[in-house]
Amino acid sequence: MSNRNALPGFNLSLGYTLTWLSLIVLIPLAAVFIKTAELTLAQFWFVVTTPRVMASYKLTFGASLAAAAINAVFGLLLAWSLVRYTFPGKKIVDSLVDLPFALPTAVAGIALTALWAGNGWIGSIIEPLGIKVAFTPLGVLLALVFIGLPFVVRTVQPVLEDLEIEIEEAATSLGANRWQTIRKVIFPTLFPALLTGFALAFARAVGEYGSVIFIAGNIPLVSEITPLMIITKLEQYDYRGATAIAAVMLVVSFILLITINSLQAWTAKRTGKSK
Amino acid sequence: MAGAISLHLTPAHAERYENNPATRESDWVKWSILGISLTFFALFLLMPLVVVFYEALRKGWQAYLVALIEPDALSAIRLTLTAAIISVPLNLAFGVAAAWAIAKFDFPGKSFLITLIDLPFSVSPVVAGLIFVLVFGRTGWLGSWFIDNDMKVIFAVPGIVLATIFVTFPFVARELIPLMEAQGRDEEEASTVLGASGWQTFWHVTIPNVKWGLLYGVILCNARAMGEFGAVSVVSGHIRGETNTMPLHVEIVYSEYKFAAAFAVASLLAILALLTLVIKSFIEWRAAQAAKGDVEAQS
Repeated sequence: MSNRNALPGFNLSLGYTLTWLSLIVLIPLAAVFIKTAELTLAQFWFVVTTPRVMASYKLTFGASLAAAAINAVFGLLLAWSLVRYTFPGKKIVDSLVDLPFALPTAVAGIALTALWAGNGWIGSIIEPLGIKVAFTPLGVLLALVFIGLPFVVRTVQPVLEDLEIEIEEAATSLGANRWQTIRKVIFPTLFPALLTGFALAFARAVGEYGSVIFIAGNIPLVSEITPLMIITKLEQYDYRGATAIAAVMLVVSFILLITINSLQAWTAKRTGKSK
Repeated sequence: MAGAISLHLTPAHAERYENNPATRESDWVKWSILGISLTFFALFLLMPLVVVFYEALRKGWQAYLVALIEPDALSAIRLTLTAAIISVPLNLAFGVAAAWAIAKFDFPGKSFLITLIDLPFSVSPVVAGLIFVLVFGRTGWLGSWFIDNDMKVIFAVPGIVLATIFVTFPFVARELIPLMEAQGRDEEEASTVLGASGWQTFWHVTIPNVKWGLLYGVILCNARAMGEFGAVSVVSGHIRGETNTMPLHVEIVYSEYKFAAAFAVASLLAILALLTLVIKSFIEWRAAQAAKGDVEAQS
């Protein structure tokens, strides 16, 4: 089909889209790289590899990976429960899965802190057992699990719903037991979606700020996340330092974005949604 | 990348799995999976929500109301509403234009354009705030010009609005593009061939077809606009009574150890989140209803 179709408004809508996109997104983002270019390579390298910043990468990426993995397991179970079982209150559970999308991150941050701090509902039970969550790296992990959960559930759930019952019936009638059917028939179909959900949760966790800083305690070298390092540099009016770290984070975001796009294309191909 | 989830239109009927011997797990497996996932749900989603209201009302209704009507809280509520009222319509207009260009026409670089529109979802909110400091800050590209002309962007309301527009940028476009692509362009083409103008076609053919998706994009955009914390925090400067939005006000009051007051304002934001989820469920119900009507009309 060509652009000379009967519909009007192509130039207007595309022109408006590109202008607005450039003004709000592309030009401001380019500022990060242009500002970073003011540093020599040696200066840049020094800023982005100081021990405090290195510790923050380790925590941010480590906790994000762990949180995405936890979400992949429990998110899959939750999606399975929502699709395959009936239970009272299911509608409410299903709606509340999206809560981390809708609840402002600062609210999530103080709510999680209130729960898991030593005097909180959960903290007061587990701290006597020697498990300290709030104001430790474990608190960072917890907040990242919270914000990542809907990504896994909402990517896996529709694929699970579209799975044809006949495939499982065929597997069963051919003599597979339930576990074999799940492992060899259902899981391979779900896997691309599960991996996409994992990657989405991971990407979101890497950049997350609001829900983390309240529960993290923000102890240098121990529980500081990378976005907080940018804020710290900004507060010291070290714009170049802040921008250099932001450039590192942006490159990671771009790589993740491309990875996720290919994963989604793969999921669509596997589930036969693309034509 | 989906930073937001799309509408979920096919509610599953779990009975068909539970009553089919080929798709049923033994009872103990079923109850273990349900037990584990619902415990996880309660621990990570339900309890954080409940604790917000519990902490907010801990010192009684009197203290709750006082925390909400103190001048700084009121000014934060006003600023949050202002930021949302400006940024949501702008992103709505952008989303509709982008979806029209992308879904109704073919052009090279289309999927790259969609990736660019998604960018704000994958950028850390802190970086989102920083980029506007780099452009409009004291040492920024346009900063000196704005300062010479006595206009403040950073540490002022315009910066907050800009950062909010950035973080909510893809919401409407992301909801509309797949919907409008699925609709195709046959109906619009028929309408133009029959003599309708472009705007008539748009208002009477396209919009009615995508209205639920559009509404959903708008409420998600609004929820994020009102709740954004990281990006706004970088550009705000935290001037009490002037550049604090509700989430920033929550942070400041919380850091002063006035927990009940912080949770009181937080509870308003939690109510907003719940309202968003209720509207989402309603839209899904209406859209499912409409889809069922279509199927019945065809048979």
